[in-house]
Amino acid sequence: MLSIYQATYDAIVAHAKRDHPDEACGIVAGPEGSDRPERLVEMVNAAGSPTFYEFDSTELLALYKEMWARDEEPVVVYHSHTATEAYPSRTDIELASEPGAHYVLVSTREHGNNEGPVEFRSYRIIDGEVTEEDVVVAPDLRSSTA
Amino acid sequence: MTVEVRIPTILRTYTGGEKAVSAAGSSLSSLIDDLEANHPGIKGRLIEAGDLRRFVNIYVNDEDVRFLGGLEAPISDGDQVVVLPAVAGG
Repeated sequence: MLSIYQATYDAIVAHAKRDHPDEACGIVAGPEGSDRPERLVEMVNAAGSPTFYEFDSTELLALYKEMWARDEEPVVVYHSHTATEAYPSRTDIELASEPGAHYVLVSTREHGNNEGPVEFRSYRIIDGEVTEEDVVVAPDLRSSTA
Repeated sequence: MTVEVRIPTILRTYTGGEKAVSAAGSSLSSLIDDLEANHPGIKGRLIEAGDLRRFVNIYVNDEDVRFLGGLEAPISDGDQVVVLPAVAGG
């Protein structure tokens, strides 16, 4: 199961809508071992494509070094599909390389850049095996206690 | 030359769970051969058909080795080597 704050969920959806018809991508980092997605990092899709995404290799290293310095790990790896359902493609499955992460897929195929609901689904992808999991959206408690 | 190589989560099955291991070599190619000698199987995850795998990134002192000569990239004492799989998909 993926538990994610409403604000983070909304920001991922907004990113996907903004970048449509290209695929949007990014991660949500969290404290190592916590399984809590806390810090959203939008990444540039270096492929700039409606059918492929890839983090730029220099930005990828900078991202991981920042996470290591903060004792974080990628809790969520997300990207959008802009013409197909929110289910991992064969390429997604082949290239999935974070066995501990929740892979979030957002599909903007229905409303594109416009208002309207999107498919938002989460998966584990381990050794080529895809397992869908429930997504629980929680109110952002941090903002109400700040 | 002995350097520290940072290993990504997905390849730690080859290093007994270690996040970083030592390896020796004067070029990336010989470094990977030394890694393979101590962690059998890891080379095949980095190299395919004699070249670096398209979706694996290796950095020497923060520079992508694709800009340093690929497998011929020179390695010096104290260099920091990082292996990171690409984050990519379709």
